[in-house]
Amino acid sequence: MRIFSVLLKKEFKLISRNRVILIISTLAPILQFLILPMVASYEFKNINLAIIDHDHSSWSSRLINKIKGSGYFIISGYENNFSEALIRMEKNEADVILQIPPGFEKNLVREKEQNLLVAINAINGTKAAIGGNYLGDIIKRFNKELTVEAMPVQGAVISRPNSIPLHRFNPNYNYRMTLVPGILCILVTMIGGFMASLNIVEEKEKGTIEQINVSPISKVAFILSKLIPFLIISNFIFSVGLILTKVIYGIGLQGDLITLYVAINIYILSVLGLGLLISTFANNQYQAIFIMYFLIMIFMLMSGLFTPVESMPDWARFMVHFIPLYYMIDVIRLIMLKGSGLIHILPQLSMMALLAVGLILLAMLNYRKTT
Amino acid sequence: MTNEPIIEIRELTKKFGNFTAVDHISFEVVKGEIFGFLGANGAGKTTAMRMLCGLSTPTSGEAKVAGYDIKTQTEKVKRMIGYMSQKFSLYDNLTVWENLEFYAGIYGLRKKEIREKGEQLIIQLQLQDSSNKLVGSLPLGWKQKLAFSIAIFHEPAVVFLDEPTGGVDPLTRRQFWEMIYEAAHRGITVFATTHYMDEAEYCDRVCIMVDGRVAALDSPAKLRASFEVSSMDDVFYQLARAATRVE
Amino acid sequence: MKILFGFIRKEIYHVLRDKWVLLILIFMPIIQILLFGFALSNEVKNNPIAVFDASKDSYSRQLTDKINASRYFDLYANVSSQSEIEELFKSGKIKVALCIPPRFGEAFEGSAPLQPQIILDATDLNISNQINQFLQNIIQSFIKQKKPEVRPTYSIIPEVRMMYNPQLKGAPNFVPGVMAMIMLLVCVLMTSVAIVKEKETGTMEVLLVSPMRPSIIIISKAIPYFILSVINYFIILAMNKYLLDVPVKGSLLLLTAVSFIFILTSLFLGILISHTSQTQQEAMFKSLIGMMLPTVLLSGFMFPIENMPLPLQFLSNIIPSRWYYSIIKNVMIQGSGLEIIWRQFAILGVMCLVLFIASIKKFKVRLE
Repeated sequence: MRIFSVLLKKEFKLISRNRVILIISTLAPILQFLILPMVASYEFKNINLAIIDHDHSSWSSRLINKIKGSGYFIISGYENNFSEALIRMEKNEADVILQIPPGFEKNLVREKEQNLLVAINAINGTKAAIGGNYLGDIIKRFNKELTVEAMPVQGAVISRPNSIPLHRFNPNYNYRMTLVPGILCILVTMIGGFMASLNIVEEKEKGTIEQINVSPISKVAFILSKLIPFLIISNFIFSVGLILTKVIYGIGLQGDLITLYVAINIYILSVLGLGLLISTFANNQYQAIFIMYFLIMIFMLMSGLFTPVESMPDWARFMVHFIPLYYMIDVIRLIMLKGSGLIHILPQLSMMALLAVGLILLAMLNYRKTT
Repeated sequence: MTNEPIIEIRELTKKFGNFTAVDHISFEVVKGEIFGFLGANGAGKTTAMRMLCGLSTPTSGEAKVAGYDIKTQTEKVKRMIGYMSQKFSLYDNLTVWENLEFYAGIYGLRKKEIREKGEQLIIQLQLQDSSNKLVGSLPLGWKQKLAFSIAIFHEPAVVFLDEPTGGVDPLTRRQFWEMIYEAAHRGITVFATTHYMDEAEYCDRVCIMVDGRVAALDSPAKLRASFEVSSMDDVFYQLARAATRVE
Repeated sequence: MKILFGFIRKEIYHVLRDKWVLLILIFMPIIQILLFGFALSNEVKNNPIAVFDASKDSYSRQLTDKINASRYFDLYANVSSQSEIEELFKSGKIKVALCIPPRFGEAFEGSAPLQPQIILDATDLNISNQINQFLQNIIQSFIKQKKPEVRPTYSIIPEVRMMYNPQLKGAPNFVPGVMAMIMLLVCVLMTSVAIVKEKETGTMEVLLVSPMRPSIIIISKAIPYFILSVINYFIILAMNKYLLDVPVKGSLLLLTAVSFIFILTSLFLGILISHTSQTQQEAMFKSLIGMMLPTVLLSGFMFPIENMPLPLQFLSNIIPSRWYYSIIKNVMIQGSGLEIIWRQFAILGVMCLVLFIASIKKFKVRLE
C-alpha cells in the first residue's frame, strides 16, 4: 500500500511538470468545444441556386420568391438555359439548378401535373441530399398552397393531410445536440488514450522502466499507478467539458450525474486499457503515437459520431460492437439528451466494461518485468 | 570479506535464436567482494548481468543471488539487490530529493528513515545546494554518484552496476570508486561491468568474458602474473585477440 | 552528393526497420478508403421503428408491413403502449415510433383517412428530418394506393438529377479528403516527431558536427517520408480506380503535380514544427492539434465551409489542405483543368514557398 502511494506521488509530480500534458489538458477542451461544433453544422444555409425560368409567369415568380424567402438559398443568377447554368455549377458558383419549363403555369392548370428539373451538384453527398430535401420541401409547400387556393370553401377533404410529427427530446431545435456530447467523448479518448500510452513508453525510452523492473514493485501496482492519474485527469477534463457544454451550447444534463460518471469512467478505463496495451508493444513514442492515431481514427469514423451506424453494411456493424467509443457515444447521448437511467443503458455499459476489463487484463499479461 | 558465496552461477546460458550470448558460465561471488565483470562490447557481460538481476530469463542453467533462485524466486531476488544502469535511470523531471524519496520508498523504507539517511547522504555527496534541483540539470558526474547512492540506499545484499562510469572525468571516476569501496566495506557486494581496464585494478576479483564464456577469473594481481604482463589492459588484449566475436 | 545519398539511405533504413510503422503507413490509406468507400455513408436507412397499432386491422398491418419492407426502416417491435415507446427511446433501441389510431381501416372505407402519429427522436435533427420525410412518403403513398381516387388538384413533381455523382456515392467526396489526411499524417506528424526524436536522443548534435550542411541533414530526414507519401498517393489512386470505380476525370499530370506540391508543403510544415519543439510529445501535439484537427474540421472535407461563421472561414483560408482538397475534388471529379483551378494552385504554391523559407530561417536562427 505504501509503495503504491509512493508510485502515485511520483506520477503526479511528473505529470505536473510535463508542459505538454498541461497545455493539452487546458487547450484541447477549449479548442474542440468552441471550434468543432461551430464548424460541424449540418444545417445548410447559403446554398447557391441557379434558376432558369422559361415561364416567367406569376406562379413561377411566386415559387422563386418562396425559395428566396426560405433563407436556405442564395440565388447565384438567373440563367438563360441549362448549359449556361451547368457552367456555373462547374465553376462551383452554383450548387443546385432549378429549371422551370416554358408554359409551367398554363400546363399545370390544364393537365394538373408538371415537372420541374432540379439538378444537384452531388459531389458532396450530404449537401446534395439535404439541398434536395429543402427544395423539395419548398416545392411541396408551394404545391399545397396552390391546391388549397383552388379548393371550394366548404371544408372539403384535404386530400393528403400531412401529419405533424412529434419531436421528442429537442425542444429548442438545436442542431448540435448529438454532436457536442460526442465531441466530449473524443476529447476524453485523446487525453486518456494518447497521453497514458505515451507516458509509459517514455519511461521505456528513457530507461527508467528498467529501474522499476529490477525493483520489487509488482507489475499490477505499476500499471495501476499509471492508470489512476490519467483516470483523474480525464475525469477533470470531462467535467470541464460538461460545464462548457451547458454554458456555451445550452445542452444540459437530462439524466443523473452519477449514471453519467459511472458510464464515462467505464469508458475511460477501456481507453486507458487500450493505451496501456499499446505501450506494451511499442518501443518508443514514435511507434505509440502512430498506432494510437491509427486506431483512434478508425474508432472515430466508425463510432456513429459522424455517420449513422444503421447505414453500415453488416460486416461493419459487427465490427463496431468491439469499439468502446460506439457504446459511449450512444450512452452519453442517451443520458444527457434523453435522461436515460442505468436500467436503460445496462447492455451498453456491460459491453464497455467487458472491453475495458479485457484490454487491461491483456495489457497486464503482456507487460513483463522479466523478458 | 568472508568466503560466504552471495552469487552462485552454474552453467548459465542465454540464447537469442541461434545466437548464444552467454555460454554456460559458472562461478561464484562472495559476500562483500568487489567483483569486476569485464569484456569487450558484445561479449555477453550485460546479458549475464541482466539475468542475475531478474530482467531476463536464462535459456538454461541456474543461478542464485542472495540465496534466491533467479528463475523461480525472481521477485524475492529483486528485494535484495540494487541496480544502476548505463543511463543512470533517474527521473530528469524530479528533484534530487524526490528521486531519493521515490526509490527509497519503493524498497519499503519508512519516511523517517528516508529523511534521516537522506539528509546524511545529501551532505555526504555535497548536494545541499542542489537537493531541490531537477536531476536533469545536474552535471553527469553528480548524477552518477547520486544514482549509485540511491541504488544502495536500501542496503541491498548485492548492487549491480552496468558500465557505471561511462563518459565521466577521471577524478569523478576515482571518487566513484571510493564510494564503491565504502559500500563493500559495509558488506554490500558490488558486481560491476565495465570495459575500462584500469578500473579492473580496483576490484577484488575480475572475470573476463570473451565470446560469451569466462576466459579468465582471478584477482587482478594473479591475472597479471599468469599472463606475464604489467597491466590489466595487456591481460585483456591477450585474451581478446583470440576472440571470434566482433561487435 | 555521395554523402547526401549516404544520409538519405540511412534515413530510409531507419524508417524501413520500424515494421509496425511501415505496416500501418501502407495500410492506413487502404483501410481508410475501405471504410469510407464501403462502410461509411450518410444515407439514413435501416432506422429502427416501433409501431403502436391501436387498430390491428388489415389496413394497419399492411401499413406496418410496407414500412418494414422499406430499406429506410426496420421494424423493431410492435408495442402496446405509449410508455413502452418512451422506454425504447430511452434505451436507444428506436429512432422513431408510429402510432396508428384505432379504427384506422374503417376510416379508409369512409372518406377521411386517419393520419397516424409520428413520434421522432429529434436529438439529431438532420436525421430525424429525413426520417420524417421518408415515413411521410411511405404513408402518403400507402393512402394514395388504397384510395387512388383522392387526387390533389395540382401536382408539381420535382425531377431530381444528381450531377457528377448519380449514385450519391460518398467516394468522390472523401477520397480527396483521405489523400490530404494521409499526406498530412506522414509528412507533418511523423516527420516532425522523427526529427525531434534525434534531438532528444542527442544524435542530432552528432550530425550537426559532421561536415554535412545542416539543411541537408534535415532534408535527408524528410526524404523517406516524401517517398512514403508518394507511394501512398499512388496506392490511393489505384484503389480509387479499381476498387471504388471512381475514375479520375481530369488530368492525371495536373493531379500529381498538385499533390507533389502539397506533399512538399506538408513536409516543410513538419520541419517547422520540429524546430519549435523540444520533445516528441510536443511535436506530436503541435502536429495533431495544429494541423490534423484543423484539416479535418476546416478544410471542407467533413463539413462545408460556407456554413461556418466568418472568422472560421477566414481561418480555413490559411490552411493548405483546404486548397489542396478543393483542387483535387475539382480535378478528380469534375475534370477541371488548370484554367479553373489556377487560383487555388497559386495559393498553394505560395504557401509552399513561404513554409520553405520559414523552415530554413528558423533552422538558421536556432543554430546561432
